[in-house]
Amino acid sequence: MDNVQVRKHVLDIIADVALDDDVTTIDDAVALRDQLDLDSMDFLDIVMELKKRHKIIVPQEDYPQLASMQSCVDYLGPKFTALA
Amino acid sequence: MKYDAIIIGAGMSGMAAAIRLAMFDKKVLLLEKHVITGGLNSYYKRAKRDFDVGLHALTNYMEKGERRKPLATLLKQLRIPYDSLELSPQRHSKIIFPEKTLTFTNDLNELVEDIAIHFPNQIDGLTKLIAHINEFNETALDNEHVLAKDVVRRYISNEELLEMIFCPLLIYGSAWENDMDFSQFVIMFKSIYMEGFSRPKGGVRTIINLLLNKLETLGCEVRFRSEVIKIETKNEKIKGVHLKNGDFIEADLVISSMGLPETLSVVETEKELPTARTGKMTFTESILILDKFPKDFGVDTTIAFFNDRPKYLYRQPSDFYDPASAVICLPNNFVHNDFEDGWVRITNMANFNKWNEFTKDEYRAHKELVFQNACKLTKKILPSWNEEVVYKDIFSPTTIKKYTSHFGGTVYGSTDKSRDGSTAIKGLVICGTDQGFLGIVGSMLSGISMANLYGLMD
Ligand SMILES: Cc1cc2nc3c(=O)[nH]c(=O)nc-3n(C[C@H](O)[C@H](O)[C@H](O)COP(=O)(O)OP(=O)(O)OC[C@H]3O[C@@H](n4cnc5c(N)ncnc54)[C@H](O)[C@@H]3O)c2cc1C
Repeated sequence: MDNVQVRKHVLDIIADVALDDDVTTIDDAVALRDQLDLDSMDFLDIVMELKKRHKIIVPQEDYPQLASMQSCVDYLGPKFTALA
Repeated sequence: MKYDAIIIGAGMSGMAAAIRLAMFDKKVLLLEKHVITGGLNSYYKRAKRDFDVGLHALTNYMEKGERRKPLATLLKQLRIPYDSLELSPQRHSKIIFPEKTLTFTNDLNELVEDIAIHFPNQIDGLTKLIAHINEFNETALDNEHVLAKDVVRRYISNEELLEMIFCPLLIYGSAWENDMDFSQFVIMFKSIYMEGFSRPKGGVRTIINLLLNKLETLGCEVRFRSEVIKIETKNEKIKGVHLKNGDFIEADLVISSMGLPETLSVVETEKELPTARTGKMTFTESILILDKFPKDFGVDTTIAFFNDRPKYLYRQPSDFYDPASAVICLPNNFVHNDFEDGWVRITNMANFNKWNEFTKDEYRAHKELVFQNACKLTKKILPSWNEEVVYKDIFSPTTIKKYTSHFGGTVYGSTDKSRDGSTAIKGLVICGTDQGFLGIVGSMLSGISMANLYGLMD
């Protein structure tokens, strides 16, 4: 799976979790927390949605990898590929 | 058939908990004794009009896009768009004491300015109190229990001001008489004075319908007329629940919103469990429908917290109700009026036992006395009111008991709260009022956090 597709999957989840935020203007290099109304409860939802929709498990020690869109794609890319 | 989780009670907290679990594919069963949802904040129809049981105002108001707010957390966790509530903020509320009246809005500065006028030498203390509140983590589940008045007295030396500040916070959310836990005080202070009041368009039905639609879309099973009469355990671990109709349903997790003493009363164990006290705070509610709007009588206050004594007595009255203090809500006076008639809702503290002992005739006569007093209060708040009442409805602590099954008709639950939701039984969790989070927003947040903690994090 290429990075564009990975980004799309992650964005779909973020759009559902931060449902009142505009996700079309996300700067991939900046922490998601600083651009959207996401707190730790919402990050847990992102983790749970990854598991529910894509069977991807993110262990707790890896949560910091989900900080920005770029780090999400870098971290999750290999996991999506492994599943394909 | 075995469920991942059973939720007892389809009030605000139970519905929110069920939604969270169903959202992540848990097999959930939501059980409700009554024929409709809503619990303490349900609805009914009389004389072709829609009545809400409880709703005066939704606390924790926020504008769209505001961040890190409890209401935003709630809406995100349930995936409900902000716009679907169509919130209409309050205009202003008043705290009316014999000597002084304070006015507050959804902007804390206006209250601070009004306090500066009426209690100029208290402003430094107030500023420090607000700073303390801002940095306090009120939702930590392990905060030590301290009485709020002891803490607030360190900042506010004028007892009249202290009583005035506490009045709305106590009557909108304290299970304790005359005081509350400091964490609860901070929750209430933020939700009422810092965030403030609003009303969803359509009242409580709007919230309930949003929750019901969610439950339906998620395919969550809801059973009405399903009273849990026994919670079965083995070796202090949950087994399942028995319904009045004889069914036994198994689950590893049971989240109960019945209330702590109510839940414990149906648990069957080998070992004796600690008991919990029945809460004393309950109310009468008088609803008057007028032929004109309050603004036609020149009044645009949304809520008036009225107290006719130098001290504010928040406690179970020794008589059947307390006529000397009340909350008077004028729901037409949110920024957008939602109604075709004029409405006045008046809440008085009441004594459950007195109401429970009345004969049928006495009951009716005492309801009439409450109504007469409600008319007097209405006249006080709307001095040029023409005294026309198109329709009235009064309900009592026994009505509350009948429809919600809370012991003693208690609205704010037991004074024994289970802050982390746990009980002596593994897999039996308390959510809602007796987990310590009150009101519509609070109880939903409680349902969400207990579902997350015990049902989703493994
Ligand atoms: C008159 C009044 C005015 C209020 N005004 C406001 C207000 O303006 N703003 C605000 O925020 N809050 C207000 N509240 C408070 C608010 O309604 C409650 O805090 C909140 O609804 C509590 O929700 P809950 O889920 O904790 O409990 P509940 O609503 O009590 O839910 C418990 C549910 O469990 C069900 N149940 C009980 N026993 C069983 C059993 N054995 N088996 C199956 N089901 C069972 C009950 O029928 C009920 O539906 C008001 C309440 C009242 C009564």
